[in-house]
Amino acid sequence: MEDLLQHFINGLSLGSIYALIALGYTMVYGILQLINFAHSDVYMMGAFAAYYTAKLTGRNNSPGIMTLVILLLVSMIACSVLGLAIERFAYRPLRKAPKLNILITAIGVSLFLEYFGQAVFGADPKVFPNVIEDSVITEFIGVQLKSLDVAVIAVTVISMLALNFLIFKTKMGKAMRAVSSNMNVASLMGVNTDKIIMFTFIVGSSLAGIGSVLVGMKYPKIEPLMGMLIGLKAFVAAVLGGIGSIGGAVLGGLIMGLSEEMVVGYLSSTYRDALAFGILIVILIFKPSGLLGKNSVEKV
Amino acid sequence: MQTWIRAFKIPLISLLILFVCGVGIDLGFNAYVQLILIYIMINMILAMSLNLVNGYTGQFSLGHAGFMAVGAYVSGFLSTLISVPANGLQIFVFFFFALAGGLAAALAGLFVGLPSLRLKGDYLAIVTLGFGEIIRVILLNTPAVGGARGMYGIVGPADWDLGGFIIDKFMIGYLHALLWILICFFTIWRLVRSSHGRAFLSVREDEVAAESMGINTTKSKVRAFVISSFFAGVAGSIFAHYANYLNPSTFSFMKSVDSVIMVVLGGMGSLSGSLIAAVFITVVPEALRPLQEILGVDVRMIIYALALIFLMILRPKGIFGKHEVVDYLKGLRSKKKVAP
Repeated sequence: MEDLLQHFINGLSLGSIYALIALGYTMVYGILQLINFAHSDVYMMGAFAAYYTAKLTGRNNSPGIMTLVILLLVSMIACSVLGLAIERFAYRPLRKAPKLNILITAIGVSLFLEYFGQAVFGADPKVFPNVIEDSVITEFIGVQLKSLDVAVIAVTVISMLALNFLIFKTKMGKAMRAVSSNMNVASLMGVNTDKIIMFTFIVGSSLAGIGSVLVGMKYPKIEPLMGMLIGLKAFVAAVLGGIGSIGGAVLGGLIMGLSEEMVVGYLSSTYRDALAFGILIVILIFKPSGLLGKNSVEKV
Repeated sequence: MQTWIRAFKIPLISLLILFVCGVGIDLGFNAYVQLILIYIMINMILAMSLNLVNGYTGQFSLGHAGFMAVGAYVSGFLSTLISVPANGLQIFVFFFFALAGGLAAALAGLFVGLPSLRLKGDYLAIVTLGFGEIIRVILLNTPAVGGARGMYGIVGPADWDLGGFIIDKFMIGYLHALLWILICFFTIWRLVRSSHGRAFLSVREDEVAAESMGINTTKSKVRAFVISSFFAGVAGSIFAHYANYLNPSTFSFMKSVDSVIMVVLGGMGSLSGSLIAAVFITVVPEALRPLQEILGVDVRMIIYALALIFLMILRPKGIFGKHEVVDYLKGLRSKKKVAP
């Protein structure tokens, strides 16, 4: 029982990270119907931005809330700028091109960032600065509640609430929802679609930035290819919840995190990476629209 | 009889010509060049077979390396059960291995294709990618094929002693690969010009319209996918017996991306484009090797990635688009616009 609870807490904190990254996929997909393969590498770049900032400002070894906030902000800004640049220079010229071409471009951008990262940062793993002192806050019938997990979950919850406010309570959010439901009609209604798409990339990328700092905090080893696998899992989470649906991405992320933690805990850790794709294949066979997604019918 | 001669005239002539070329390469070049040549040939089969799915049928598979791995491992495992004779019969045995590897890969293709091809293009990309990864994880965890250590000592082509006159092992490997390249090329070339192939093309052009014309689009897609995986398995088998060593990490996501780059670069829907791109993609990393040693960085991937992006923005159909090299030659001669 204690084991189960412990795995549950770990899974929750892992799942909330997946959810943060999955949100980026799902938002871009909702608007452009594009799997933004580069999203996972934007996330990687965010981790490196935080790493170098910490190194340069000498916050390498001064754990605390202040460090966390600074690193989060830096990483969010870096990711937003990168996301914007990718949208502007790689995706916008292809707005009217067939979907396959945009997909290939996305893969190209992803590969470019990965190997550019290897060339600039070096391929060897780096140790992420100590952001928050890892200590056990309370111990409850043998279950440890660690400060890291609490911080991860707290940051995630705050960003989700902020996102929720942004999408459902502001004018910008309304425009985003309008563009995602029908881009042409939204543009007829006076919504500047290009601007909204840019804004979506900013929001999605900064969520990836938050995710990258949280991951760096929890698993302090960063390398240029770190985005590949976690990106795929986050994407699976987005599909699982129903791609294009904000709530679905969160739900999918939590399910992914929990099930992965359970597999590691009770089966074998070698199969943890295959699990994600197993889930993906099952969900695509039985419910391709995902748990919370809308079923769309293709019209001619 | 007449039709048989007509059907096999060009393949046989090209086999003969390329065989003579092979003899020249055998005598004139060192083992390094010969090895690169075999890898080019393997990549050619990979690129052509992936072109059937990504180019002609307009789907997007990102798991080609997975099917290659299935073929390679099945073929490698078979060679531990069946001994390979050292004489001229070995080429038949290798042919049989490749056939078995290909069939196993085709079966895997059927399993993946049936559920996933009902989905739209980008989902298919992810599912095939996921499948490739699953295959790799399974191989990594199967002790019978070496697991993470890899599979050692797979039998390769051996010298054939013809009473004092020795036929080099390169010739055996070359002939085997050549045979499969021709089979692959002519199968796909003629397939896309048959009514089944026209169905593939119509799926690419407009799925809804194709369906309303009475084409079972899912079936067409699965067909293309299965044939494509068959040849990927064959390529894997040739690779296994030439490299003599298999490791799951060879068949990673990057290998799939390599194949996709070859198809996109050459032109989606152009077999000759695939062939040329395969040569290019195999030779360029070798040429860049000195540079890579100086910088210590995998420059070629940066170049590939940039090439992909610029290609998509500036020339989205690839170098040759849907056309073949022959079309351009014909076009020069008659100044007529050639239909794809």
